[in-house]
Amino acid sequence: MEPHFIKGGKYEKWNPLFETLATFAFTPKLVTTSGTHIRDGVDLKRTMMTVVLALVPCLLFGIYNTGHWELAVQEGNRNLPYFAEMGAKFLTGLTIVLPVIVVSYGVGLTIEFMFGMIRGHSLHEGFLVSGMLIPLTMPADVPLWMVGIATAFAVIIGKEIFGGTGMNVVNIALTARAFLFFAYPTSMSGDKVWMSGLGDKMATNPEGLDGFSGATALGDLASFMSDKATVAGEVVQSNEAVQNFSSEYTVWESFAGMIPGSIGETSTLACLIGAALLVITGVGSLRIILSFFAGGFVMGLLLNALGGNPYLDLPAYYHLIIGGFAFGAIFMATDPVTASQTALGKIIYGFLGGFLAIMIRVLNPAYPEGVFLAILFMNIMAPIIDHYIVQSNINRRLKRLKTA
Amino acid sequence: MSNTISIRKGLDIRLVGEATKEIREVPVTGIVGVSPLDFHGLTPKMVVKEGDIVSVGDILFYDKKKESIKFVSPASGTVKQVVRGEKRRITNILIATDGKQTAKKFDLKKISDYSSEEVKALLLESGFWSSMKQRPLDIIADPSNDAKGLFVSSFDSAPLAPDYDYVLSEDMDALQVGFDALQILMKGNVHLSSKPNSEFAKINGVTHHCFEGVHPVGNVGTQIHHIDPVNKGEFVWALNIQEVAAIGKFISSGTIDPTRKIALTGSEINTPTYLKIVKGSTMSALVEKQIEGSNVRYISGNVLTGDKKELTDYIGFYANQITVIPEGDEYKFFLTTGWLGLGFDKFSNSRLFPTFLLPKSKNFRLDTNTNGEERAFVVTGELERVFPFDILPVQLTKAAITEDIDSMENLGIYEVAPEDFALCEYVCTTKINIQDKIRQGLDLIASECM
Repeated sequence: MEPHFIKGGKYEKWNPLFETLATFAFTPKLVTTSGTHIRDGVDLKRTMMTVVLALVPCLLFGIYNTGHWELAVQEGNRNLPYFAEMGAKFLTGLTIVLPVIVVSYGVGLTIEFMFGMIRGHSLHEGFLVSGMLIPLTMPADVPLWMVGIATAFAVIIGKEIFGGTGMNVVNIALTARAFLFFAYPTSMSGDKVWMSGLGDKMATNPEGLDGFSGATALGDLASFMSDKATVAGEVVQSNEAVQNFSSEYTVWESFAGMIPGSIGETSTLACLIGAALLVITGVGSLRIILSFFAGGFVMGLLLNALGGNPYLDLPAYYHLIIGGFAFGAIFMATDPVTASQTALGKIIYGFLGGFLAIMIRVLNPAYPEGVFLAILFMNIMAPIIDHYIVQSNINRRLKRLKTA
Repeated sequence: MSNTISIRKGLDIRLVGEATKEIREVPVTGIVGVSPLDFHGLTPKMVVKEGDIVSVGDILFYDKKKESIKFVSPASGTVKQVVRGEKRRITNILIATDGKQTAKKFDLKKISDYSSEEVKALLLESGFWSSMKQRPLDIIADPSNDAKGLFVSSFDSAPLAPDYDYVLSEDMDALQVGFDALQILMKGNVHLSSKPNSEFAKINGVTHHCFEGVHPVGNVGTQIHHIDPVNKGEFVWALNIQEVAAIGKFISSGTIDPTRKIALTGSEINTPTYLKIVKGSTMSALVEKQIEGSNVRYISGNVLTGDKKELTDYIGFYANQITVIPEGDEYKFFLTTGWLGLGFDKFSNSRLFPTFLLPKSKNFRLDTNTNGEERAFVVTGELERVFPFDILPVQLTKAAITEDIDSMENLGIYEVAPEDFALCEYVCTTKINIQDKIRQGLDLIASECM
């Protein structure tokens, strides 16, 4: 079959597609030509597939969590028991999450193939991961067409115009999220988008939803900064706000992810399972993950020390387990292409990322979640950090010349 | 004795087919070849022509740009052919041996009567200078420069490399004479790096250094970097320790001994062992009766830096071993032996494969498959783990690829040779031929800055 696709063959134009499928099924028979005669077993396919595997716990939990809140909306009961009707919840979640994944991969891979055919190369594996990350950062109620547009924007503007996998400046999945956040803010924030079906039901058939709130932990926290602090839809006194908050979102529930939020980000536990796989295999940088958490925690402590309103008084550890903090630290900040590339640079990059994430989250009322903005900002800053590390290496060499 | 320097960054690739400590002599018959292509950047000027009678030590050709650098015949016989390739470039000088190995007699004084300049002239005239490499650029040393030091590594840490403690165990006297000559040449700046508890520590007069750790600990480039790194405008020279012993024999006897002991290694060799050969022997004579199957790769040198050869080719000038491994030109189904398989048969520095769980005693039979296609740089921190230099390998490689001379200079191109990047090339997910890129960078530096 191969002769039809090689240069001069009947379907030469389609070679990138053929090659992609062929090299997926079989490691090609390429041999070394010069230099080292043997090569390490590792390749980009295996590397990327490992990240996808690491995302599976988040994905499975996300599906269940989405199903849970869909049922909660239908019954109008925010305190629906979490571990009941598990099969039904999972299936419901699947019907919501699966189409998002299909759209993300469908749109993204189509565009990647088009660019591959223009440039005459097979699919480069970066999108295998991006295509999974994008759905996991979306609110459950996001319209599918928005996912499609966001994916297209991220792949074309975020990546392909820079030259494809390995050339992008900012994280692809976060580009998609940022695009939606600024282009369609009503679908990406507020308290109606995080539970599937809530928006529709409120508009058409609000019966049974009296007093029902679709707010996330971060949404509630953002209200602490305003005149009217609310927790899960109920107005609370500011001196009791933190207490009410921590009984609505207990540490365990927040850590395990039994709270509303974007599809795959709520469970810190699932993220940590993924992190374990990434760190053991060496795909994800432990330096970045740890320093990111450290940065967030330090900022949290600083805010505690500052004090003055309920949000600032929220215990620092809470920041690490709510919202997309853990997901961002483990799966987004560690993207090797957009992170710092030097060992020391990674620590600085991670620390500042976590630090900024909490700063934006707490101190900027317009953006309830700061993680993705902080990481995007640090993506831009990473080359500057690296520049100074490289420069210090150069200076060491120059100094040696002078003293010699 | 100075302190032991320990190299932690690196990788010992554990291959099947280490040579057993026995020596088999391969008689010189048929044809031997000397290839000017073994010397990077050399333009040869022929001295002999087809049909000339030569003996061991007769000059075959010299360097057209630096005419004092001479290249001599390793065998006695008749010049059979001067083989030319594209653009009439000389690719090989073939000598039909007469089997007698009659050698040209040099008239030598006692070594202590020589001056530095006289030693240099003697090494140039006898062809030994062609073994002397210089840094920067990793080419034959330019005799008109002054080097700040001469570095010799007494061990090779590459996969399946020969053990010089064994190879040179009977040549300690010659080695001492060789080092004495080098001391005169270098006015004292001779550095000898050895493993802990090595016999070579008994050599007198040189500055000893002790190294331990993982490959590339035995590479002279690693040792130079940790002893006295090269700055812009400086030169250092390096010599293989077997050549030092050969120089010693030459000075003692007045004739050139063209034999060397090499290791015949690799998973496809039936009985890996040491061979005593004449330089330039044909590969087919060296691997005779040792190979089963035909789909194998013959490498003159080790698997990381050696040259691919055919059976009809000749062993390379700088090679101290031959490695034969299986070719990997076959498709591998992704779930069994391919990219998503368990991979117990693959040796990887990455923990994506279970190599790190297997006992250290397990050796691997690796083939020449690249295990993936070329990609852009994505994974970071990978090269740094096997690169024991205070140099940023990815950044330097990128500077070489983009032909950015300023960055290359700043990032340390003067200190490195392609072989220093061999492990980087092995572990790199991108499958880019990093050694080629560094060589191209060095060529650019040679033409623009030297």
